[in-house]
Amino acid sequence: MTASPSEPYDLAVVGAGSAGLAGAVTASELGLSVALLDSSTQSGGQFYRHPAPALGAVRPEALHHDWSAFSDLRRRLGASTVDHLTGHHVWSFIRESGGSGGSGGSGEPEESGGSGADGESWTVHAITGADGTEERPVRIRARALLLATGAYERQLPFPGWTLPGVVGAGGAQAMLKSGLVLPGRRIVVAGSGPLLLAVASSLAAAGARVPAVVEAAGYLRYARSPRALATNPAKAAEALVHGAALLRHRVRVLPRSAVTEVHGTDRVEAVTVSRLDGDWTPVPGTGRRIACDALAVGHGLVPQIELATAVGCATRALPDGTLGLALSEFQETSVAGLWAAGETGGVGGAGLARTEGELAGRAIAARLRGRRADPAPDRGVRPGRVGELRRRRDRMRAFADVMSAAHAPGPGWPAWLEDETDVCRCEEVTAGRVREAVTDLGARDARTVKLLTRAGMGWCQGRMCGTAVACLAARDGAPEPPAERRPFAVPVPLATLAALDEPTVEQTP
Amino acid sequence: MARTPADLVGAQPDPPFEITFDGRSVTALPGQTVAAALWGAGILAWRTTREGGRPRGAFCGIGQCYDCLATVNGEPNRRACLVPARPGDAITTQEGHGHDRLAV
Amino acid sequence: MPTRKPSDVIVVGAGVVGAACAYYAAQAGLSVTVVDRGSVAGGTTGAGEGNLLVSDKEPGPELELALLANTLWRELADVLPPHVEYEAKGGLVVASGESGMRALRDFAARQEKAGVTAQEVPGDRLHDLEPHLAPGLAGGFLYPQDSQVMPAHAAAQLLRAAGDRVRLCLGEEVTGLLTGGAGEIRGVRTAAGELHAPYVVNAAGTWGGALAELAGVHLPVLPRRGFVLVTEPLPRVVRHKVYAADYVADVASGSAALQTSAVVEGTPAGPVLIGASRERVGFDRTLSVEVLRRLAAGATSLFPVLGTVRAMRTYPGFRPYLPDHLPAIGPDPRVHGLLHACGHEGAGIGLAPVTGQIIALCLTNGELPLDISPFRPDRFGTPEPAPAPDPGSAPDPGSAPDPGSAPDPAL
Repeated sequence: MTASPSEPYDLAVVGAGSAGLAGAVTASELGLSVALLDSSTQSGGQFYRHPAPALGAVRPEALHHDWSAFSDLRRRLGASTVDHLTGHHVWSFIRESGGSGGSGGSGEPEESGGSGADGESWTVHAITGADGTEERPVRIRARALLLATGAYERQLPFPGWTLPGVVGAGGAQAMLKSGLVLPGRRIVVAGSGPLLLAVASSLAAAGARVPAVVEAAGYLRYARSPRALATNPAKAAEALVHGAALLRHRVRVLPRSAVTEVHGTDRVEAVTVSRLDGDWTPVPGTGRRIACDALAVGHGLVPQIELATAVGCATRALPDGTLGLALSEFQETSVAGLWAAGETGGVGGAGLARTEGELAGRAIAARLRGRRADPAPDRGVRPGRVGELRRRRDRMRAFADVMSAAHAPGPGWPAWLEDETDVCRCEEVTAGRVREAVTDLGARDARTVKLLTRAGMGWCQGRMCGTAVACLAARDGAPEPPAERRPFAVPVPLATLAALDEPTVEQTP
Repeated sequence: MARTPADLVGAQPDPPFEITFDGRSVTALPGQTVAAALWGAGILAWRTTREGGRPRGAFCGIGQCYDCLATVNGEPNRRACLVPARPGDAITTQEGHGHDRLAV
Repeated sequence: MPTRKPSDVIVVGAGVVGAACAYYAAQAGLSVTVVDRGSVAGGTTGAGEGNLLVSDKEPGPELELALLANTLWRELADVLPPHVEYEAKGGLVVASGESGMRALRDFAARQEKAGVTAQEVPGDRLHDLEPHLAPGLAGGFLYPQDSQVMPAHAAAQLLRAAGDRVRLCLGEEVTGLLTGGAGEIRGVRTAAGELHAPYVVNAAGTWGGALAELAGVHLPVLPRRGFVLVTEPLPRVVRHKVYAADYVADVASGSAALQTSAVVEGTPAGPVLIGASRERVGFDRTLSVEVLRRLAAGATSLFPVLGTVRAMRTYPGFRPYLPDHLPAIGPDPRVHGLLHACGHEGAGIGLAPVTGQIIALCLTNGELPLDISPFRPDRFGTPEPAPAPDPGSAPDPGSAPDPGSAPDPAL
């Protein structure tokens, strides 16, 4: 690397969704120089994804819950000195000096400080453009990093899921929110998780017929943790809003059911919905056909953490079978100088993300100045604010864990698969080949299944098939969560890699 | 009750423009991605797979699954759900890896 | 502790070398138990490119092994299913200038005397072989014997083809060796119990030194890290295994410092694989941006067309390296019943069949195809300044390096 004479940013934030925005504006308002990198051209992340200005949406809030929380953050961003770098796809970051990297994250920010205070810095590598194909790589140095990369949708395969017209539930919502389009006129919404109700109500509000919401879990499981529900009235209210919308649009909700087949040759014509037992195994003879021209499907969200696992951050297994980052009370990862907020620590929604983002922003500012995070008698800081944020965070995390546990895939779901069903969409690897690798070829984990079948080796790097492959590789045992290891968070042109030592790509405060 | 997504948000878009998909004209709105413009025209598939030649289009909608790869103005493997549509863009169905011209 | 049915031989390690040992031992009529703490091909095999090379080897014992292995791989290709993706594609070594070309010419002349086929390709003919090669190269040598195989499938299909005589014990880590009154091998102890056999083959690859330690003998296998860079799927854009002339010097070097040389090849599945880096940094899996930069720069200088092609993934592997760059193959005179088949550095996939064949012949007192004394496992003596382990005492698994503590080289 060519040494740069320029100063690094105090903080680089990766991701401009709720968590990243809150972290960036908080840190900036506390006096830090901040770069906010995001792949999109607009802030908001997936939750507050909204139409481009040219689409002239007068009421973007019609597609969102709690729009004012976002518009407030956006206003503060506009008034701040944060360098908002849009169209920046971060493919890797690394710590440039110091090296040991293992000692952070255990407790409160200490007087002595970790990164930043002793001259360590991070280098963030990004490619640019709407889809990262512009020939203008960027390198940024920062004393501290906040990872706020959100989540992507978890998918479980079933016969017909590769047919055009089958789209992610989150995908259908994203395309609606940003492009004002629908994949069809009659859309079945299926899978598992609280997102399904939100998706169904948005699609219905935007003019689609939603013949059914097909939910694999039973909603009754929420009732097992009444305290978490009772202490999170905002979440309960949100669910009621969706519930009321579904009633208004006459959407039927079918709990303990799953789409077990998609019909059609070149596009969706109908789906078969079957009842599930408590393990998510389809009950024979319960299948019934529902006519539709699209299916929006998803099974919850997976924290997007590969940038952090690449530098060795510790993870924790979450109740829904995914992997999130293990974080300290102040949102720091196990690698000193790297903080995380929002879905990267476990999926919990936009409100939690905002809380964690602000908490991280305050902790980082305190660390870089060699002070404890709380109390912070600095400008604009109310006494006790950090304690308040921590309490709110803990309460919302507890609720998120309850929701998450209720929607963990049941062990019987692989019974949906036929041997010919593609599990890996990119490399077209069928369930039969994955099973053969496990039963006949000595694969005992997802990694060896990948080596022997190419499942997970394609463009998406296992994001779509990771859960399924992990379940099939585990045979009868409990599946390990997919490892979420992707050394390149996005594909990088070889010419860009070859030119990494050129000084021209440095972006400075 | 709203009948279209545009009604729902009270969209007053800038004037629409034309792109082509496999030579046929498709109307796009400014600010839409290539994938959104194609969905708007009822087109759900613009790629065929390497092995089975199966049709594919947008799936995750947020740039993660790479199922929506399209050839845009001759350049293969563009993520249609991220690339903004521009007047005159020529989208062509991408077959397999999209790099046939490199074959030796 | 439960015990299980004894076998004639236990092979520790289900990588390609262990698989080949099991295959040839089973062919010779022996019953074999293969034990591995992970999956088939879960270690260095799974991180390999699958090179079956003669072109990069100096005349000497390793080249002799490679030539024998080359013939065996051709035979195996007829027996194993097509999944192993055996391709006799040939290697093409290129030089950028005249001095490099002269060095290649000398090297090839010496190799030809040892039985290698090498054909000089003048600069203006290179594009007949590789149309996308950069212009202006001085020339190169074509090695038609060089070939490639898909490593994980090679291991898995060898084990499968070995048939009923082979039993697999996967997910079982060997924690100790069982010995009799005279110190002779009786089997191994694993977390799941004891496995009995009069012979144990150490095919633990990069972790072979730790297994030797369990047997109380010194075998200094060290990891030599390499990264492979993998592109998006492409049609055939590179026909041969193509590499720059400095690769041979890097392979033969023992330096701990980072060395990179451009090695580029296509795969039947589509992606192009780009190597090769060598550095001695222990089992560190951290991504090295400098390594990636050098690999990409090397590949795009050989094949400029790859500049706009995207790298999708990269992974490190840990070559099992012995100080003299030769593997350890054959019986260990220090422990009766212990045989070694490890330390092949970057050539393990290529040399697997001949290694397996030698081990099987050792076990059955057959006639060896070559002099194996250069591969003697005891040639490194005992380590200094540490005191020599007492071969008479039972090894203490508690104090021995734990093979399980090394990070698994996952992709």
